[in-house]
Amino acid sequence: MKAAAFDYVVPKTVAEASASLVGPGAVAIAGGQSLLAMLNLRVALPDLLVDLGGLQELREVTATASMIRIGALTTHAAIEDGNLPDGFGGLMQKVASRISYRAIRNHGTIGGSVALADPAADWPGCLMALGATVRISGLKGVRSEPVNDFVRGQYSTSLEPDEIILGFDVPCTDARLRWGFFKVVRKSGAFASSIAFAVAHGRGGPISVVLAAAAARPYLLPRIAERLRCGETAEESLRGAVAQDVASLIPHDDPYLMRLHTSTVLRAVREMQAR
Amino acid sequence: MISLELELNGAKITCDVEPRESLADFLRERCRLTATHLGCEHGACGACTVAVDGQATRSCLRLAVMCQGQSVQTLEGLESDPTMEVLRRQFHENHALQCGFCTPGMLMMARDILLRIASPDAAVVREQLSGQICRCTGYAGIVKAIVAAGQVLRRAGAAKN
Repeated sequence: MKAAAFDYVVPKTVAEASASLVGPGAVAIAGGQSLLAMLNLRVALPDLLVDLGGLQELREVTATASMIRIGALTTHAAIEDGNLPDGFGGLMQKVASRISYRAIRNHGTIGGSVALADPAADWPGCLMALGATVRISGLKGVRSEPVNDFVRGQYSTSLEPDEIILGFDVPCTDARLRWGFFKVVRKSGAFASSIAFAVAHGRGGPISVVLAAAAARPYLLPRIAERLRCGETAEESLRGAVAQDVASLIPHDDPYLMRLHTSTVLRAVREMQAR
Repeated sequence: MISLELELNGAKITCDVEPRESLADFLRERCRLTATHLGCEHGACGACTVAVDGQATRSCLRLAVMCQGQSVQTLEGLESDPTMEVLRRQFHENHALQCGFCTPGMLMMARDILLRIASPDAAVVREQLSGQICRCTGYAGIVKAIVAAGQVLRRAGAAKN
């Protein structure tokens, strides 16, 4: 199908973008790799498309000793190709390389992915595992929020109509980051049925385990993270903790989903432990 | 209507377009460049793959107006491209097409793969090609053709040095 008619503007400043977005039926577009499909299928019917592609400050990537600031318009392909300073031991590069297909990764952006908040998207869960903060600009100014609080549910975030994502502040420490990432897809490039991230900042440092594509949004798994922090290595104990975490996220008692998600999380944890 | 200026297959063009027009429709309907095929129109089949600023792009997932000032290459513009010449020959040799509907997208993606990855093996080609759908060949011939093209290009590169 073809997209229905809409108006189109390319704001030159972030303030202009916010002013355009408060109008009725206005929708922001970044890389458009999800939105164009929705427009073509007429699932999305905006009156005005606000193209964020002209906002140079959303393309900037800067690094300090303690964090990397990633502009919202950074493409998956740029991350895959290692164009970012890598404070994360290759985790973001690996995650980027497994998103959809190369032609999609060339245009799809990290900011667009988090703003859409598809439950099966990779970046919201990955950024949660890394403890990242999202920077948001609106008519009232700039605010920051942990990605974990920003993502509210299925295609739902705390973004107000006038707000756009500027980028992400991802903390990195001197301690070597150990990570594990596992995802189950029916075919390479398809949306995932299950995604797990496990991240440890050095030995004895904080540990985060995140499961995505299981519920309406990605969730940090507290029980397995706590057991790993205490140095637990026994297979049965870890499996039990993961199973408890997963059971609290899946509403119906589905044996297949329980095994799927438990196994995804355990594989990510084992990969992290092996690093 | 919005006035769109871009470089199409090496030539600067200016054209009025509707905001809702996809790059694919712009190429086919306004520029009459019909090598770019439209299969699914929602990014699932890869038939409409072109290059925008040198990067593989699904032309159904990009609005023409988003290509303001950019450079777009379609299969028509790559007739004497050295990589494409080798790919065409290898697609022919290895029976890499039947009905031909997916072929323009396959060739554009194959060229993109070979420009990024020198002489990829069959497993890499299959992974990289997983976003392109072919309903005739079962992919075996296409994968063979791209692997063979990679080897030919590597030998040619070695001969030049």
